[in-house]
Amino acid sequence: MQMMQTKLRHLMSPMDFSTDELAKLLELAADIEANQEKYAHVCQGKKLATCFYEPSTRTRLSFEAAMLNLGGSVLGFSSADSSSAAKGESVSDTIRVISCYADICAMRHPKEGAPLVASEHSRIPVINAGDGGHQHPTQTLTDLYTIYSLLGRLDNLTIGLCGDLKFGRTVHSLMGAMVRYPNIRFVLISPEELRIPSYVRDNILVKNQAPYEEVERLEDVIHQLDILYMTRVQRERFFNEEDYVRMKDFYILNKEKMELARKDMIVLHPLPRVNEISVEVDDDPRAVYFLQAQKGVYIREALILTLLGLRP
Amino acid sequence: MSNPNQNPAPQDTDCDDLSISRIHEGYVLDHIKAGSSMKIYDFLKLGKLEGAAIAMIMNAKSSKMGKKDLIKIECPVGSIDLDVLGYIDHNITVNIIKDNEIKEKPKLRPPKVIKNIIRCTNPRCITSIEQELDHIFVLNDEAKEQYRCKYCEARYHGK
Repeated sequence: MQMMQTKLRHLMSPMDFSTDELAKLLELAADIEANQEKYAHVCQGKKLATCFYEPSTRTRLSFEAAMLNLGGSVLGFSSADSSSAAKGESVSDTIRVISCYADICAMRHPKEGAPLVASEHSRIPVINAGDGGHQHPTQTLTDLYTIYSLLGRLDNLTIGLCGDLKFGRTVHSLMGAMVRYPNIRFVLISPEELRIPSYVRDNILVKNQAPYEEVERLEDVIHQLDILYMTRVQRERFFNEEDYVRMKDFYILNKEKMELARKDMIVLHPLPRVNEISVEVDDDPRAVYFLQAQKGVYIREALILTLLGLRP
Repeated sequence: MSNPNQNPAPQDTDCDDLSISRIHEGYVLDHIKAGSSMKIYDFLKLGKLEGAAIAMIMNAKSSKMGKKDLIKIECPVGSIDLDVLGYIDHNITVNIIKDNEIKEKPKLRPPKVIKNIIRCTNPRCITSIEQELDHIFVLNDEAKEQYRCKYCEARYHGK
């Protein structure tokens, strides 16, 4: 095991990594995926604290699986009720204590900015594992690694984002990360009520001169796409029931719509899926959302190693 | 001939009747938008500035602005956080007075970061529950003078 000199570094936002750093991270994840034995003991003796102030089974287990795959150990809590927060302890005090017990921390918190507060008082790297509706950087890293490993590139892509584009933080983060690569075009597929917010349009698309179009019907554009990123359209997001009933089927991906898509398109979804992707699509080789969850473990392994400054 | 560095009543003020004696050391804040001086008084926490003598003139005639407010503060130089003024209105003219003379007229700019001047009102922000946490806002867009909370990145709409 090699220990590299690194200064204390945290991950708060997907944009914390430059494209060069990201390229190294993705290459490391690819190497981990291809040579899992080589990395099986790199984190022996190291501990990951999963501090989850709200339940998120998938993200927590993905982090824990990543650390266990690297030969490390995990400890932590999975809800605020079972932590000292229930007694009124501040995030800054909690992380000071956790710093004494673990080597790295993944924190999920319902309050936006809580992991940033933790990072300001921590002696160990802190990973934001989701803070309210604000950031979820390891989901974005998972999306990027899935695209990179399956399509072999992060440039020259037409990316369709479908569903709730107004409230979907994963969509905004992915757009922010992808506009940094050349020749990326977005097709934004949503009902008018759920279009991307103006600050996302201004700060991401307009600022980076990224070409995009906004449409209502997935069928009309699915044939153009290299990637279809699905999100859930929730009934409660609509202003009236009539609009929901009229439009909900536009955003349900089924076999019929998949027949209109290219043979090499991939379908991503941050999960959990409810009914926006029909189960009949699951067997289609282009449906990679469960594989995406698998790849999320490898990129988290790469992230843990990078922040700890470890290599085999 | 009068000394241009003396700290007079502001030159474009047609309010001789209201003029207040010169200060020995402190600040003259001129060209304040009419009606804003109380807000500035509060933001600068002038009421808590120990030993300071403060004079406010409101709705004075101004050739530049039509009407304006003005604040004179007799206090040691360094007592006022100019960043706060830059945030409130960077068009305010600041005269720093020492030994009865204007020593400096610093140009105000919207500060990059402001601390504990405004509060984040996003109920989902960690500042809403972490009691001891400073409320820090970062200048996100200088042209629009737009600030965002350091923690939740919510835009401040109250200005």
